[in-house]
Amino acid sequence: MSDLGFTPDEIMTIAAARALTNDDVCFVGIGAPSAACNVARLTHAPDITLIYESGTIGTAPDVLPLSIGDGELCETAVTTVAVPEMFRYWLQGGRISIGFLGAAQLDRFGNINTTVIGDYNKPKVRLPGGGGAPEIASSCGEIYITMKQSLRGMVEKIDFFTSFGHGEGGDHRQRLGITTKGPTRLITDLAMWKPDPETKEFTVVSLHPGVTRDDVQATCGWTVKFADDLEETPRPTELELTTLRDLKARTEAAHSGGRKPKAA
Amino acid sequence: MTKFLSLHDAIAQNVHDGDVVAFEGFTHLIPIAAGHEAIRQGIKDLTVVRMTPDIIYDQMIGMGMVKKAIFSYAGNPGVGLLRRMRDAVENAWPRPLEIEEHSHAAMANAYEAGAAGLPCAIFRGYKGADLANVNPNIRSVTCPFTGEELAAVPAIRPDVSVIHAQKADAKGNVLVEGIVGIQKEAVLAAKRAVVTVEEVVDDLECGPNACVLPDWTIAAIAVVPGGAHPSYTQGYYDRDNSTYLEWDKVSADREAFQTWIEDNVLDVGPDVFAQRIENLRSAA
Repeated sequence: MSDLGFTPDEIMTIAAARALTNDDVCFVGIGAPSAACNVARLTHAPDITLIYESGTIGTAPDVLPLSIGDGELCETAVTTVAVPEMFRYWLQGGRISIGFLGAAQLDRFGNINTTVIGDYNKPKVRLPGGGGAPEIASSCGEIYITMKQSLRGMVEKIDFFTSFGHGEGGDHRQRLGITTKGPTRLITDLAMWKPDPETKEFTVVSLHPGVTRDDVQATCGWTVKFADDLEETPRPTELELTTLRDLKARTEAAHSGGRKPKAA
Repeated sequence: MTKFLSLHDAIAQNVHDGDVVAFEGFTHLIPIAAGHEAIRQGIKDLTVVRMTPDIIYDQMIGMGMVKKAIFSYAGNPGVGLLRRMRDAVENAWPRPLEIEEHSHAAMANAYEAGAAGLPCAIFRGYKGADLANVNPNIRSVTCPFTGEELAAVPAIRPDVSVIHAQKADAKGNVLVEGIVGIQKEAVLAAKRAVVTVEEVVDDLECGPNACVLPDWTIAAIAVVPGGAHPSYTQGYYDRDNSTYLEWDKVSADREAFQTWIEDNVLDVGPDVFAQRIENLRSAA
């Protein structure tokens, strides 16, 4: 715990949650995206539609799922559909406004690698791979990305394009025939970033409380651009922090082997 | 016509050396007991197909039963990597593993094409993604009406698909509920299908739109209570997330893995699955 009263991880999750609105239909990835989407649902966006790729539509879990298909996602969903339907009708059909992804490696144009570090055929590290992400990146209306900053993670050149962001920047997406907006926000543990309207390079628009420009640059593998009207991310509210911490506590208890305690 | 068999016989009669097999289940209803039976029988040279290989293929790959894996997400969901699969890819231990990697959308479409008797699946995908550059089975077609370039992948047609489900009736019709995943398509795409179920009932007691696989689509049914553990069966028992977390440690070390397999697979039978779910039974 920092002396700010919250951790970098907490401000990242809460800043990401704030980026979501009540009207969003959100394709949720596991980990930080899942925490952010559920904090949004439990605070300012009670009617947000959360969809996990296992087929659960409009789910409202009491604890964060460990996998994309925990039973509680199905039990609390409006409906659950088969996986081919999820990918064909709902994702490819253009029904999902926000895709929320994490990354092992990310470049300044929002291209994501979760497949392999090193050469594909002789990998230094073999990662899990894309799962639903390649098509989430191209079929959702827009993409939010969340990750902790590090020199290993935020790199000049990713080793493998698991999911296409803005490619080489500019109108590269449109040139490939992709009609969706692609990555529109990057939320890290240090800052909020948005793509430059022309070049599509991620630019820091807001620093989290207590974070300096040097902190951001020291943990980023490319030369960071900052917006002219750089702001400070508002501090977490009491409600946001309590909601996130209660959610994490319920989740930890539920996954450690005991039966899950219910929300108060 | 009903073909209720012991798990041993269901696997022995339907899964053979060199087969293309799909043990499917999307997080939910993963046929772990059936996978363990395949390990006990020492079936060799399998090509395994599965969207998320999960720990069941991690174990089969770690035992050297697999020559090729066709998949779309090789992780332990929410935990991290599949360490036995990673060891095979990075270090060829215990044998080299050929991989054919897709996205979930591609696999889902490919199973559906297999079930539909089509040679390939067509969908809007892989745009700007590198997988198409390293997997020769990802190609493209041009829409004859709009000129749009679309991704194409070959249909999945396993020799045998193995799934787990809630229940069967006495005739052998099978009900699948909850997160139904890709199992229906996997069964209908395969030449043969083996199903393990929690129980056999007089009446499936389901609505007209339920996911039911008629008995004549299934080669063999084996009753294995708890047969999906540490995955889960909606309405019967919860996902055992702590076991998935523990697997990360067991699978990190080759010797620990071997010991675990001996103690939990080779030296026991399918009856232990019922014990493993005792404290996980749903309150409902």
